Amino acid sequence: MVSKDHRITIPDEWFKPKKKAEKVAEAVVRPSLSYWKDAWRRIRKNKLAMGGLVFLILLTLCAIFGPILSPHSVTGLDLPNQNKAPSSTHWFGTDEMGRDVFTRTWYGARISLFVGVMAALIDFFIGIIYGGISGYKGGRTDTVMMRIIEILYGLPHLLVVILLMVVMGPSLTTIIIALTITGWVGMARIVRGQVLQIKNYEFVTASKSFGAKTSRIIRTNLLPNTMGPIIVQMTLTVPSAIFAEAFLSFLGLGIQAPFASWGVMASDALPVITSGYWWRLFFPAFFISMTMFAFNVLGDGMQDALDPKLRG
Amino acid sequence: MAKYIVKRFLMMIATIFIISTLTFFLMHSLPGSPFDEERTSNPTIQANLEKFYKLDQPIGVQYVYYLKSIVTFDFGPSIKKPNDTVNNLLARGFPISFELGIITMLVAVVSGIILGTFAALRHNGIIDYFAMAFAVVGISVPNFVLATLLIQQVAVNWELLPTATWSSPLHMILPTLALATGPTAIIARLTRASMLEVLTQDYIKMARAKGLSPVRIVVRHALRNALMPVVTIMGTMLAGILTGTFVIEQIFAIPGMGKYFVESINNRDYPVIMGSTVFYSAFLVFMLFLVDMVYGFLDPRIKLHKKEGEV
Repeated sequence: MVSKDHRITIPDEWFKPKKKAEKVAEAVVRPSLSYWKDAWRRIRKNKLAMGGLVFLILLTLCAIFGPILSPHSVTGLDLPNQNKAPSSTHWFGTDEMGRDVFTRTWYGARISLFVGVMAALIDFFIGIIYGGISGYKGGRTDTVMMRIIEILYGLPHLLVVILLMVVMGPSLTTIIIALTITGWVGMARIVRGQVLQIKNYEFVTASKSFGAKTSRIIRTNLLPNTMGPIIVQMTLTVPSAIFAEAFLSFLGLGIQAPFASWGVMASDALPVITSGYWWRLFFPAFFISMTMFAFNVLGDGMQDALDPKLRG
Repeated sequence: MAKYIVKRFLMMIATIFIISTLTFFLMHSLPGSPFDEERTSNPTIQANLEKFYKLDQPIGVQYVYYLKSIVTFDFGPSIKKPNDTVNNLLARGFPISFELGIITMLVAVVSGIILGTFAALRHNGIIDYFAMAFAVVGISVPNFVLATLLIQQVAVNWELLPTATWSSPLHMILPTLALATGPTAIIARLTRASMLEVLTQDYIKMARAKGLSPVRIVVRHALRNALMPVVTIMGTMLAGILTGTFVIEQIFAIPGMGKYFVESINNRDYPVIMGSTVFYSAFLVFMLFLVDMVYGFLDPRIKLHKKEGEV
């Protein structure tokens, strides 16, 4: 079809409309899967991750409705009923002030989930802005911003948190501030790495050549494509924040009495562990562990589901 | 390489400087003076006390004194225990904490690598499932929960091991176990993942084709390359372990640095808080520096990587 003078001639029949039968044969039979639908399909097959998700949903429901539905209050003292073993009135037993462990456990779930989710969300916003700018601008801006991150990354995380807690005084807000003040660094690094990689792809160049503004490119091209690793990172931030809250409460720097968090309850139960009041340690310890377990397996499952490299 | 070392060294100094400055101004932003509780009726005593701790000087001057104390490594006297200097507390407590930390680190690294390697070699086998189940549980159970469970079961119910203190190797087993489980789990997971990747590489096929013994292939060819990610996280892991000792020392009544640190927090003993924070941070940052050096030494590719300004 190439003539002598190197002109390409296209045969006329190529321009004729296709027959209906041919069209049907080429149609995509199965519904096309978006990235998220595909990820959801994958993660649904992962029994462990789904188990984690179900546990977390149940826990959230208990955290919301548990303290409301329970006849006992979180801080209500009942001194005649100290350290009572689990029974039909106190399902998880009582502590040394006669407070209901069942109610306090769900109240602790509120605190733990709130701290974990808030820490992850704040990390997410700071990390996306910082990492996004650093990765997208590149050059000297990136170098300077990364130097700052490298220095911050070297700081011993938990020591800084302890120091901040000492200075700001223990409360829920200070825990979240202390955890996020150093916690966003990891997220920023991940976002930057992703942005650096994606900004050189053809579809970004195409957007640019159509005259898209920087903000539009970041919003429509970069962010949606960096979401996978970011969500995985967020899922894994939650358990580490929950652990940090429990750790701080255990050291006496967390939520203050008479309010309950799992760390406070475990810490209070420590001196009496040899007296046989097992329920006082068991319930908070069990729920800290299960929650961290659930978030970890869910994060792992999401990592497998969202990472295109791992697709078989 | 020399340029990289110098750069990393300067970064280390910058980090230590920032944490010291942060510590100083945070501590001084607290309202009131450390002597408020024991309000002495005598203003002269108050003035003398403030003079002794240089609290009468302007904050800038105090800051200079403070920086000097860090450089000369002399953190001055404790406020709540006037006969004790911060240096004394560090000298008494840190070796014990360090011992606990190092033993934990060794246990975690050795058992984590062994577990991870066998899990990878028997991919999807029973050992693999067992190792990964252990890893997820190990990461999920906080060390203070594990510590109390161990005391309750092993020490109280079964009376196999002593419940507390740090006086003989037998006493060391439970605290080490409680502290090492988390890091072991992390290292096992990491080793398994990178081992699985390395085992599919061409040079492993090549080694097999040459007819090398399986042990030699695993140890010399696979493990060497698979351990790079493990080396990378060693620095931050040590930081985690050392802060973990604070809680473990509380639970097992071990007279390490954690005990003094928690005490100083509860007493608001500022020189001790500042001294130990700066000391611990400097120690950890130095460890990170060492890990990076070891990494650069082990992996010749690092020179090229770092030149591109990549992190």
